[in-house]
Amino acid sequence: MSYKMHVLVCGGTGCRASNSQEIIARLRESLEERHLDGEVQVIATGCFGFCEQGPIVKIMPDNTFYTRVTPGDTAEIINEHVVKGRKVERLLYKDPREDKSVSDSKHMGFYQKQLRVALRNCGFIDPENLEEYIARDGYAALAKCLGEMTPREVIDEIKRSGLRGRGGGGFPTGLKWEFAGKYRADQKYVVCNADEGDPGAFMDRSIMEGDPHSVIEAMAICGYSIGASKGLVYIRAEYPLAIQRLKIAIEQARACGLLGERILGSDFNFSIELRYGAGAFVCGEETALIHSMEGARGEPTMKPPFPAESGYLGRPTNVNNVETLANIPVIITKGAGWFNKIGTERSKGTKVFALAGKINNVGLIEVPMGTTLREVIYEIGGGIKNGKKFKAVQTGGPSGGCLTEKHLDVPIDFDNLLASGSMMGSGGMIVMDEDDCMVAVAKFYLEFTVEESCGKCTPCRVGNKRLHEILDKITRGEGEPADVDRLRNLGKVIKDTALCGLGQTSPNPVLSTLDNFPGEYAAHINERKCPAGRCKALLSYVIDPRLCIGCTLCTRACPAAAIVGNRKEPHAIDAAKCIKCGTCVEKCKFKAIFIR
Amino acid sequence: MNNTQSLPMESTIKLQIDRRDVAVAPGTSILEAARGAGIHVPSLCYMNLRDTCISNLPASCRICVVEVEGRRNLAPACSTRCEEGMKVTTTSARVMNAQKTVLELILSDHPTDCLICPKSGNCDLQEMAARLKIREVPFKGEQSSHVKESSPSIIRDMNKCIYCRRCEMMCNKVQTVGALAAVNRGFNATIAPAFERPLGESECTYCGQCVAVCPVGALTENDHTNRLLADLADPSKTVIVQTAPAVRAALGEEFGLPAGTSVTGRMVSALRALGFDKVFDTDFAADLTIMEEGSELLDRLARFLDGDKTVALPILTSCCPAWVNFFEHHFPDMLDIPSSARSPQQMFGAIAKNWWAREAGVKREDLVVVSIMPCLAKKYECARDEFKENGDPDVNYSLSTRELAGLIKRANVEFDSLPDGDFDRPMGESTGAGVIFGATGGVMEAALRTAHELYTGKKLENVNFESVRGLQGIKKATVDLDGFELKIGIAHGLGNARALLEEIREKRCEYHAIEIMACPGGCIGGGGQPLHHGDSARLKARARALYAEDAGKPSRKSHENPCIIKLYEEFLGKPLGEKAHHLLHTSYFNKGKAIQER
Repeated sequence: MSYKMHVLVCGGTGCRASNSQEIIARLRESLEERHLDGEVQVIATGCFGFCEQGPIVKIMPDNTFYTRVTPGDTAEIINEHVVKGRKVERLLYKDPREDKSVSDSKHMGFYQKQLRVALRNCGFIDPENLEEYIARDGYAALAKCLGEMTPREVIDEIKRSGLRGRGGGGFPTGLKWEFAGKYRADQKYVVCNADEGDPGAFMDRSIMEGDPHSVIEAMAICGYSIGASKGLVYIRAEYPLAIQRLKIAIEQARACGLLGERILGSDFNFSIELRYGAGAFVCGEETALIHSMEGARGEPTMKPPFPAESGYLGRPTNVNNVETLANIPVIITKGAGWFNKIGTERSKGTKVFALAGKINNVGLIEVPMGTTLREVIYEIGGGIKNGKKFKAVQTGGPSGGCLTEKHLDVPIDFDNLLASGSMMGSGGMIVMDEDDCMVAVAKFYLEFTVEESCGKCTPCRVGNKRLHEILDKITRGEGEPADVDRLRNLGKVIKDTALCGLGQTSPNPVLSTLDNFPGEYAAHINERKCPAGRCKALLSYVIDPRLCIGCTLCTRACPAAAIVGNRKEPHAIDAAKCIKCGTCVEKCKFKAIFIR
Repeated sequence: MNNTQSLPMESTIKLQIDRRDVAVAPGTSILEAARGAGIHVPSLCYMNLRDTCISNLPASCRICVVEVEGRRNLAPACSTRCEEGMKVTTTSARVMNAQKTVLELILSDHPTDCLICPKSGNCDLQEMAARLKIREVPFKGEQSSHVKESSPSIIRDMNKCIYCRRCEMMCNKVQTVGALAAVNRGFNATIAPAFERPLGESECTYCGQCVAVCPVGALTENDHTNRLLADLADPSKTVIVQTAPAVRAALGEEFGLPAGTSVTGRMVSALRALGFDKVFDTDFAADLTIMEEGSELLDRLARFLDGDKTVALPILTSCCPAWVNFFEHHFPDMLDIPSSARSPQQMFGAIAKNWWAREAGVKREDLVVVSIMPCLAKKYECARDEFKENGDPDVNYSLSTRELAGLIKRANVEFDSLPDGDFDRPMGESTGAGVIFGATGGVMEAALRTAHELYTGKKLENVNFESVRGLQGIKKATVDLDGFELKIGIAHGLGNARALLEEIREKRCEYHAIEIMACPGGCIGGGGQPLHHGDSARLKARARALYAEDAGKPSRKSHENPCIIKLYEEFLGKPLGEKAHHLLHTSYFNKGKAIQER
């Protein structure tokens, strides 16, 4: 059956949470009522990335991009757009810069600078439909490997592509495959690291939800090249949709002979199983991940031996992150030469980032390596929310560093970010504005790493705890001048001595904010002030007697009975009783209460 | 590993440590290489008991970090392999600052009650703090707060734990007991039994190997010194003591004597000086054990050779209480295989309270039997219900070698200058066979000496069975008993025992008799012994001391012990007889079930 029109509706986790499944059901109902279901097909796709504007509905072939669609809008979309060919103006994206509607995603700032390689199929195909994946050159790469290439040639192709691990480390993927290929064993394993743990990051989840076959195909290619017949996906149990779609895809591939014995008539056998993680951040570290899969405590061990030599059940194991794997089929079909033209000198291809924080266009983006932070924040991200001033951007997840104005024109790649005092990590990008206190930000991230440390090595177990305690002390206004040196020395020692990547990077938020915002630390410690007005303990609420008319509204609202004063006379706040909840400020109609 | 001279040139790796040229075998760690070259890189969690396959390499304390040229961060010397051309610096400002900071971090979550800590003066952390000259801890903050927990043998004070994981390694990798493991994470990570239940409700065998390797005061013995002092001071009580064979080979270490110094005579004098009414010897009961266990072996063998298919073989020794706990927990389907003979400690207690007391005219309720043991499981064993008569234990309580040393020091006894004393008769009389019970293979060797003569009826000329000696984890030997090939196996360490038991369970086992000791090296490496601090040479020296004492004994076969012969004549009748059965044998229980039902 060939359809005249396709209605693509985002079926990613974010849009589903905003009722996209009901939108799909209503669209289908409306089409059936009008007997258009033979001509127009509704497809639940993976994530479009523009989560800020979700749920997204895209009409093909005219590329109309509807935003913030509700189930109530479906009738109008069918009646107006599908039947009468008139676009529903009010659902089109409004470009805030020019204040006009943009109907086509190609002309939206959010998409213009993007290059979707790993996300090539997300938001385009039905992830639960193998044919749609195949129609987009799916499994052509596996067929090419099995039919035309030796394992060695596959590894060489990946090496030539310059692909580096997208999970955080940036280790050359081809080299990793080569190591795993080198060892002889009765059994080898390919492991897909889907233990995405950075707060706010959903790159890997989107790929698995939107294009699960790309991961499966890549794992099979890896298995062929290193001589492994078993694949394991270590995925968080808290990703139910990704799990469901992976299971469906694995079953489809098996049913079609794309997994299993003698794949595509070759001698190559490959099967994939899922392993569930309970959501420990440290299990993203490959040795910890392997221990967790083995049923042991999820904590890292020293390398060497590398998993390539002794991994899962002591066998040679290659561990790659989801996004890394999603790049593999394209590299094989389009060639290493195509891939390595994208990006910078030492970082090839693209990188997916989860844009979050005080930025207009929150969502998932993919850009060529070498794109600047300014382009990402201002052009793709649409700038800072509410016209506030940009203050910092934190890249690399909870253990990345906070970069500032002066880093905005740095081309993003593994080495530049490292040189700037942050890191690529798995692709978290959190934007902060003038209202964010950088000491509090550092404290927030340390809280995360303290919580997620496995506790194995001293620097991470005790050191991060102490870093957090010192930061907490400073934000409570109890810091002392020596704390700055203490933080700096301790941070450096933790980085220098911790066992795994978690501890070796966890002090980054502290060290980078110390470097880039020394004044904020000084203000907290020396003047007992929080310039951003975030640290509660350092604030005091004051009533301006000239503006207060004694209406008593604040007195009645105050939960701590901290406000005193006679009716129709200026009131005053008892600082000792005040809990700094801000209720009085909200209640005061005369703007007489301010924070000092 | 550090002996580089004997290695051919092509199999060595050349590197520089602190600008010194060093050559080592491939696979050598930087720490081993440095120490081999006389550069003592400090370490805490690292432990390597050479020749025993016991090593702890979690690389987790991060005290041993060193600088390796070209490397971004510091490398833990304990678990970083040497590579050709490596340039290592162990004393740069960066390294020393990191070591000091890491130690300060450990101390920031460690109680500073050194003055009253049971490990004071014998604590690796205390020594490290002194060595790195820590004068203040710049980090103040939350301290771990765990409830101190006490079991019959072991006290756990996890607030003192530095998370070196040695106990976990011992309990899981070496002993395969699985009672202790890491729980929780981050700052709250600690070592505990499953579900953080008390040790007494876990599979713990009380082998005490966790205590033996704990570098700090987190795991210590349940100390009965004050109980003993009270009894010794009570004029209505007759207090007698028995000392296990392995004690005499290690006690001297607590008084600065070199490992392997046999201090039997001084120990006897010290015990007498402490006020014990009689100083007896567990070696006497060891000889008695051989009479019973050896007879049981011969009895089972005879029935087996007669074609009795129901007879349980191999027979397993049952002297070691941790081993008994182990099979009661982990192999409850095989409770009929071990010998039913009680351990020497319990045989001593039964004879002391049922025979000696009567001979000496002491009422049972006035008699206190104390044992000095290299072992912590003995504390639990003597409290077992089956070894009590109307609630009164045959052995009232047990003190470890370490506790005895502490008491001697407290009692103002100048150990070094003590004259050699002799054990009291009759229960102080022993043969060389009893002495070697303290080393792995010793019980088997002692049994062979007796079984050989009883089986063949001929005098055994060479009593030294060299093939059953040494630190190899599992030893196998075949002994010719006048044409009959007796196959024996010996295991020390419960992991090795498990391997043998699984062979038996799967009917792959060809042995007739197996000796099992829970602790590495046997009782000489027991959980109550002076701490070896990771030095296996101490274990070897202690074994040598026991074999030397054996060699010097006038009689080296248990059945030749005149006091044993007299005991059977006057009281017990014959081995395996009714009285012997009642007093010297026991039965075993399924403890796995108890845990499942909990």
